[in-house]
Amino acid sequence: MSTLAPLLTSRWGDPQSWTLAAYREAGGYQALAKAFEMEPAAVLNAVKDSGLRGRGGAGFPTGVKWSFLPPPDGGPRYLVVNADESEPGTCKDIPLMMADPHSLIEGVIITSYAIGCHHAFIYLRGEVVHVYRRLLHAVSEARAAGLLGDGVMGTDFKLELTVHAGAGAYICGEETALLDSLEGRRGQPRLKPPFPAVAGLYARPTVVNNVESIASVPWIVANGADWWKSMGTEKSTGVAIYSLSGHVKRPGQYEAPLGITMRRLLELAGGIRDGHELKFWMPGGSSTPMFTAEQLDVPLDYDSVAAAGSMLGTRALQCFDDTVCVVRAVSRWMDFYAHESCGKCTPCREGTFWLRAVLRRIEAGQGKMDDLQILEDIPGSIVGRAFCPLGDGAPSSLTSSLKFFRDEYVQHIDQGRCPYDHTASYLFEAVAA
Amino acid sequence: MSAEDLVTCSIDGIEIAVPKNTLIIRAAEEAGVMIPRFCDHPLLAPVAACRQCLVDVASPAGPEGKLRAFPKPQPACAMTVTPGMVVNTQLTSAAAKTAQEQVAELILINHPLDCPICDKGGECPLQNQAMSTGRSVSRFTEKKNTFPKPLALTAQILLDRERCVLCQRCTRFAAQIPGDPFIALQRRGVNQQIGRFDASVLGVAAVADEAADEAEGDVLAVDGTPFAGYFAGNIIQICPVGALTSAEYRFRARPFDLVSTATVAEHDSTCSAIRVDYRRGQVLRRLAGDDPELNQEWITDKDRFGFHWQTAPDRLRRPLVRRGDDLVEVSWPEGLAAAAEVLGSAKRAAVLPGGRLTLEDAHAYAVFARAVLKTDSIDFRARPSSPEEAQFLAHFAAGAGTGVSLNELAAAPAVLLVGFEAEDEGGIVYLRLREAGTTVYALAPFASRGLARLGGTLLPTLPGAEASALAKLSDAAGPVPEPGASAKGPTSADAVQTLTASAAAALAGGVIVLGERLATSPGAYSAAVAAAERLGAKLVWIPRRAGERAALEAGLLPGLAPGGRALGDLTEAETTMIFGGPLDLEPGLDLPGIVAAVRAGEIDTVLVGGLELVDLPVPPAAATALKGAKVVALQVRGEGISPWADVVLPVAPPQEKAGTFINWEGRLRPFPQVLTSTALSDGKVLQALAAKLGFTLGIGELATVHQVLDRLGPAGRRQPAPAVAPPEAPALGAGEALLSTWHQLVDDAAGLDGEPRLAASAPAPKARLNAATAQGVGARAGDDLQVSTAAGAVTLPVVIDDLPNGVVHLPTKSPGSWVRVALNAANGDVVRIAASSGAKEAQP
Repeated sequence: MSTLAPLLTSRWGDPQSWTLAAYREAGGYQALAKAFEMEPAAVLNAVKDSGLRGRGGAGFPTGVKWSFLPPPDGGPRYLVVNADESEPGTCKDIPLMMADPHSLIEGVIITSYAIGCHHAFIYLRGEVVHVYRRLLHAVSEARAAGLLGDGVMGTDFKLELTVHAGAGAYICGEETALLDSLEGRRGQPRLKPPFPAVAGLYARPTVVNNVESIASVPWIVANGADWWKSMGTEKSTGVAIYSLSGHVKRPGQYEAPLGITMRRLLELAGGIRDGHELKFWMPGGSSTPMFTAEQLDVPLDYDSVAAAGSMLGTRALQCFDDTVCVVRAVSRWMDFYAHESCGKCTPCREGTFWLRAVLRRIEAGQGKMDDLQILEDIPGSIVGRAFCPLGDGAPSSLTSSLKFFRDEYVQHIDQGRCPYDHTASYLFEAVAA
Repeated sequence: MSAEDLVTCSIDGIEIAVPKNTLIIRAAEEAGVMIPRFCDHPLLAPVAACRQCLVDVASPAGPEGKLRAFPKPQPACAMTVTPGMVVNTQLTSAAAKTAQEQVAELILINHPLDCPICDKGGECPLQNQAMSTGRSVSRFTEKKNTFPKPLALTAQILLDRERCVLCQRCTRFAAQIPGDPFIALQRRGVNQQIGRFDASVLGVAAVADEAADEAEGDVLAVDGTPFAGYFAGNIIQICPVGALTSAEYRFRARPFDLVSTATVAEHDSTCSAIRVDYRRGQVLRRLAGDDPELNQEWITDKDRFGFHWQTAPDRLRRPLVRRGDDLVEVSWPEGLAAAAEVLGSAKRAAVLPGGRLTLEDAHAYAVFARAVLKTDSIDFRARPSSPEEAQFLAHFAAGAGTGVSLNELAAAPAVLLVGFEAEDEGGIVYLRLREAGTTVYALAPFASRGLARLGGTLLPTLPGAEASALAKLSDAAGPVPEPGASAKGPTSADAVQTLTASAAAALAGGVIVLGERLATSPGAYSAAVAAAERLGAKLVWIPRRAGERAALEAGLLPGLAPGGRALGDLTEAETTMIFGGPLDLEPGLDLPGIVAAVRAGEIDTVLVGGLELVDLPVPPAAATALKGAKVVALQVRGEGISPWADVVLPVAPPQEKAGTFINWEGRLRPFPQVLTSTALSDGKVLQALAAKLGFTLGIGELATVHQVLDRLGPAGRRQPAPAVAPPEAPALGAGEALLSTWHQLVDDAAGLDGEPRLAASAPAPKARLNAATAQGVGARAGDDLQVSTAAGAVTLPVVIDDLPNGVVHLPTKSPGSWVRVALNAANGDVVRIAASSGAKEAQP
């Protein structure tokens, strides 16, 4: 039975874990020393061989992504770390950067070395100022220690690392919108091709990777691709952070080999709160179709989750017990997508606006049976029509909720009110009105 | 196009071969398949934002080339065809049809159903596509998103945000075509909107005050808002919905009540293709026509909005005859008789026909002057001019046919602008150079906003010193060039030399463009001819006015016959064919000569065409002269010449007559009569006058004129080129400066009368000089600077710019800056500058 395998999270509990001293104490920057003894191509191959798949949601093999860069032409090429963690339910990169920023920096240096980048960027979600400060501090520590700048660790490798705080837009988690934002433009996704590997930041070859992907790189370099592949499943290798939230007894980040089941994770997290049962859960954040107790034994790897009709996404496992009104939950998510739609393409901009209005009405007891047709049809007008994947993900929770809980929508419409007591779902004491 | 540059694909089962990199939507058009679209525009880069053009695409993949379908429908506006690609549009694919219908439904949910009061209703792509692709009944029952309306983007352009489908055609046009990104997307989601910086929209009240202050380098319009450029009106036309409207046209008409006529614009020498829309005899708007050789699908705001002058309140409908101090309306027979009497009793006459004539009307003046008035004193140049210029034009332009075309200019390896401001004086020339990314150099006193946006390189030149600058450039031909500097201009002498050398090298096979203000730069034309030869460059002359090239072709200069011949070179047969009989004329005078001769009493009668006295080099001298002479004026409007005229005969403005402009390329630009009108062209009036005076001349008939000109053919030999030596640079005393001046594209031109909104969107006139020169007279940025001559003064706020020492730049005819009237000065003249005595501070 799978159990926890803390690697990326292993240092989080150390005293002053965010400092360079503590990171070194725990063995940090040794993978970097090892990487510098290897040819850059060998580092790239190690990551490719490890089968590491992107931890930002799409699950594209990281090493393969790096290999898409065209051969060096003497001009700059960039590594951009996507730290714009904004998906509702996703909470792994922010704690990682908070507790262990040097693991990300080490990953950045190794990756830059592997792909021939001399200026890397971390694009951070703008709201998390505390993380921004911590990253800035870690970078200045690393620079003072000769880990960044000219001659990294006494080699002739040069690397600048810029930490950039975004302005708080979900769309900037989409890699091309992130690049536009980083260039100082309005954050909206770019037309592809050209892909970032060919013309990314400042129209130069660019690799964009998630925080957790990059933070995994030192582990792979230090211990080898085979070691990494010994964990997880054949096609979803290694370990990953599972973030449990909601009505579980011990919410938090659980790092385990890919392929662990939700049943096992729930055990580790102490189960659903007393006196209640799991009603539904989101396997990969609010952009992925929801699961119910029926899918508790689906292995949480990329392919098994896809086969079961959802997506592993960012492993943001939000758990909702039997006190939760699914219409209310979906309505809140739709608020988020309507609010965060960048507005570039018609389907996402107009579709989420329409769905939000209908959902709010149904929740308020003003729904009509005709509305169900709208809720069933409009997601189809968004998915596969939108400009970027964020639009495609926006109606996932709605569509899956209709699959599992259509009756609940009908109840709202028939009764002209929400049949649930919302205060029962609170995780805090309800204040009497 | 060779076969390997073609790609064969299939669209709805139709095999079609199109050039590589053709977008699916364009290939479909070739195949006769219309895919609905909003954001797509053939002259703008794709954005794939509206998603209306989704189609099913499959392309061969793998070693066996088996067709593999894309899992999702693809935007036809952004994907290029590949060999063997199979595209199924809404016509043959249920999936594509469904996808398009879904997008159409979403586009419409927030769109108001206000078509009955919308300007676009009846010519609206959204309306059409709602009919073809939308639902007949909306399923949307929620509250629509609304915005306060309208939002003024400029004084002229209004935005109704709730109608906008956010296709970004307008923002992309502004950024990509003229390079005036004055609008942008703001906010997001369903609150996303197009706008300018507006603190109340953006919710940034805290910085509002700061933003209101003019940032350095910002150009403000006359009304105090940021200047939006000279081409902003195009966004109204390309808006696929009724979101962008013109304040002028808004709510005035229904498209289906309008009659549209394709014609040619009269405001500049490019003579852009336009469409004039009128209803019940009244022109309501003008739109860009489509001419891929010239203006593509864009026009200047001057061409778009400047048409009210043709029906201005002072428009003349009946002849006027002087009775004492008054001009009195009379009948046509009476007016013609009076004019014939004046002209028939002339002892010695002169003709000032102006620079806005069609070829036919110009020909009529040319013949009338010589055959009827027996004078060769004729000059079309109602502006500063020189004998050198006349000689150059006769040598280079008249009868030379089509020289460098606009397409060739844009494709040239390099272009040197001499005394020519591409944006202000060329309009479309600027757009095409920018679109083509042509390498541009300019001999000018400073890098204008237009030159900067062309990515051009300045070769700093004192006004009036173009001749020596051209000579230096020719001398620099040969050495290996270093990389050029930015439009900001070089600072050191070495850099100038390097720059000159690189410009010289780049111009081999390039084009040198000569502009109007070289007429006051002695030696410039002579030096240009020499430089073109030495550098291996072609020459082109781009005047400002639409009629100047036709005037040249017709021979409206002393000694010049039609087709670029010298009057004296004509055979007897030719003379008879053109003028109806032999000529025996004294040598003629040019404009300054005519003015002087009239003042001296040597010329007693002047026939004047459509010109403004205020445009002449020394307006008071011309006014005094005309006051003392007998004057017959052929005028569209009453203001201007009329106070001095003895007889005024009304003539038709362009929209009320047919004719042919000749643009700067030498291309004939024939245009039809747009409005039914009883107004007569200049040619018809001159024909009637000639008849009254006993001459039978076929000068009023288009066909007859062209018959003569065609039979005449091009001139056999060119007139000699001018050879004028450059002058010594004038020495400047304390408080003196050299005047640099040219016309802003939108200014107080007579052709823009009656268009207050456009006037308000013009750049606010400023006096430009460098910091040292300003400091020398104690003026700082924002202070008022008084620029004066013995004739008077112009006072404008100072902008510090990168000009040479001792040069001040003023717009020629902008509000508060009528240089000719106030200073009687032209480009290159010496003026006095002084800080104005604190009038600003004195105000409370």
